[in-house]
Amino acid sequence: MSLDALVASSIDGLMLGFLYGLAAMGLTLIFGVMRVINLSHGPVIALGMFVILELTTRFGINPYLALVLALAIGLAFGVVIYFVAVQRVINAPELTTLLATFSVNLMIIGLGTVIWTTSPRAVNVSLGSVSAGAVTILGTHAVAVAIAIAVTIGLYVFLYRTRPGKSIRAVANNRAAAELMGIDSNAVLALSFGLGTMLAMASGGLLATLFSFTILSGGTYETKSFVIVVLGGLGNPTGALLGGVLLGLLEGVATIAMPVGWVPVFEYVIFVLILLLRPRGLLGPRA
Amino acid sequence: MKHIRWAGLVLALTGIVASACGGTTTPAPAGGGTTAPAAGGPTVTKDLIIGFSASQTGAQNVASKKQTEGIQLWVDDVNKAGGIKLKDGTVLKPQIKFYDDESKTDRVQQLYTKLINDDKVDFLLSPYSSGLVKAAAVVSEQNGKVMITAGGADDATMEQGFKYIYQVYTPASKYLTGAIDLIGKLDPSIKKIAIVNEKDSFSTSVVQAAQPYATGKGFQVVLSEGYDTGTKDFAPFINKIIAAAPDAIVGGGHFDDGTTFAKQLYEKKVNARVIALLVAPPEPTFADIGDAAQYIIGPSQWETQVKYSAEAAKSANLPYYGLTAKDFTDRYTTKYSAPPSYHSAGGYAAGQVLQKALEDAGSTDPEKVRAALDKMDLMLFYGHVKFSTDAKTHGKQIAHDMVYVQWQKDSYTNRLATQIVWPPEAKSADAQLRK
Repeated sequence: MSLDALVASSIDGLMLGFLYGLAAMGLTLIFGVMRVINLSHGPVIALGMFVILELTTRFGINPYLALVLALAIGLAFGVVIYFVAVQRVINAPELTTLLATFSVNLMIIGLGTVIWTTSPRAVNVSLGSVSAGAVTILGTHAVAVAIAIAVTIGLYVFLYRTRPGKSIRAVANNRAAAELMGIDSNAVLALSFGLGTMLAMASGGLLATLFSFTILSGGTYETKSFVIVVLGGLGNPTGALLGGVLLGLLEGVATIAMPVGWVPVFEYVIFVLILLLRPRGLLGPRA
Repeated sequence: MKHIRWAGLVLALTGIVASACGGTTTPAPAGGGTTAPAAGGPTVTKDLIIGFSASQTGAQNVASKKQTEGIQLWVDDVNKAGGIKLKDGTVLKPQIKFYDDESKTDRVQQLYTKLINDDKVDFLLSPYSSGLVKAAAVVSEQNGKVMITAGGADDATMEQGFKYIYQVYTPASKYLTGAIDLIGKLDPSIKKIAIVNEKDSFSTSVVQAAQPYATGKGFQVVLSEGYDTGTKDFAPFINKIIAAAPDAIVGGGHFDDGTTFAKQLYEKKVNARVIALLVAPPEPTFADIGDAAQYIIGPSQWETQVKYSAEAAKSANLPYYGLTAKDFTDRYTTKYSAPPSYHSAGGYAAGQVLQKALEDAGSTDPEKVRAALDKMDLMLFYGHVKFSTDAKTHGKQIAHDMVYVQWQKDSYTNRLATQIVWPPEAKSADAQLRK
């Protein structure tokens, strides 16, 4: 194993890990607040990619400016999904909400395939690169990491320093008690679903500046998000970000140590081991 | 009344769904229909329905579009020339019927079954890409329909003893062997090769032949890795490539992954002196990646600069059939406002092969057409075409040769263009090493 390759690959994996973490934070936020496993997560990530594509190609908007619009679109879209598909089954058993979000998944994929087909698309953005020895860091990757960190900090400030954010935490903690304190839990749940969707769209938008994509591309990141959420502990946004970074790093190291085709096997072995040994995640309370 | 309204609504919706799901057919040229007595003789005009699936969407859409355009141009040319004239006076007017297979194998199986059973097509052409061709070949063979494969080079498909499948492309096993010869000639000091390829049937066939060939020629294979179809992030492979420090990189798979791979190799400043990738480089739109395209070499079934002609056929003691390469390029460029690629030429050539076989057979009877295809040995604008008649490899292409192109910058205009750099007898420029 070459040390140069290991360092380069670890840095690549680590950087990608922040985007995995951002996507997983959306999934875990929704679960933490309303106990809904959101199966429309992957298609929403892909939708984030296409929002950036459309805004840059049709309106000539800078991709990073388009990302700000994508955040707003993601928030609004999440609120719409909540009122259309989730609200009426929010108190039903978990399988019902699972099916409701799965139907949203199928609708987005179906409509997306009609509109954009499944042909690969790409957002052309180049910010140069910096090289040191065997390590070359692309500007687009560095900016994506910086934005992912900024969005995470923004989310924390919102959750811990603002009234709506505190309401979300209160509802997540104990919905009945929060309602007794005068919090409109329905509005808070809608906002939480909107925020989760916004994070998924943000990660999709950032991934679009790095790689080509199709409407089906979200599937890979959705699966990774589930692994990350289990790594970090369900319902724990900090755990999700750390889980994402850890998974990215593991991928980076593993690709050097074994044929790349074996890396997903390695990832899922870890997934199963964590489910067996620490079912509440690495950062979750001990079972 | 209510029932009638509902029936109307259902019919309207069915129409919308049908039009959204494909079913594209080119309009029948004048003279269609089953029979039409011509003035002055007992000429019978028949429609000849040729079916295939095309990847209008999905990963294969770029090359598949070119192939379909080639087929459409052939149909136009034949109809403009009055159709395919058989010895008994029958004139066949080709029409094509095709659907979008979305680059998916299961769609191909459904669509070829539909083309055979519902649309009752007379002959089949193939989809684009080896994986899809393999799926179509099984259905065609089971139904006893002759299929000319335009876009499939995989060896394994043609080594199953099929009786009705005929391959126009040079098989995959010969795709990179020429590139390895070229590397050896270009710089004898190059010894270390990295092979990174898509893990599909075609690219695996290519690599399984190229790897022992390279070792036999004295090269050291320092890295051999496969990537999944649809891979977008090549960083893990590129880090391994940098660590192995090869002099040359060969591999790739199809258009999208090949283009992305070339772009990321450039962005990550990989300094191998030769890079040869499958399928993507000969496509004109490969140049969209800008400077990342420069110096990239790719095997091609055909290029606009090839020199196949009636004279070349004569000196090779072969009959020449059809238009010249220049005529094909001009007509194609006029019709589609873009230059043809080898995928376009493959589509047109597949049509020509079927046309010649029908003329030689004097009939649309599949057995007679098969017999004519088995005997075929000729030169087209696309090159020499001859099929294996061996029971195990029946229908496999055994005469057509590859050329290798490289994207080079014109020293005056500084614009990127492809040049044929191998074999020496066909080259339009010398190959260049990456800097």
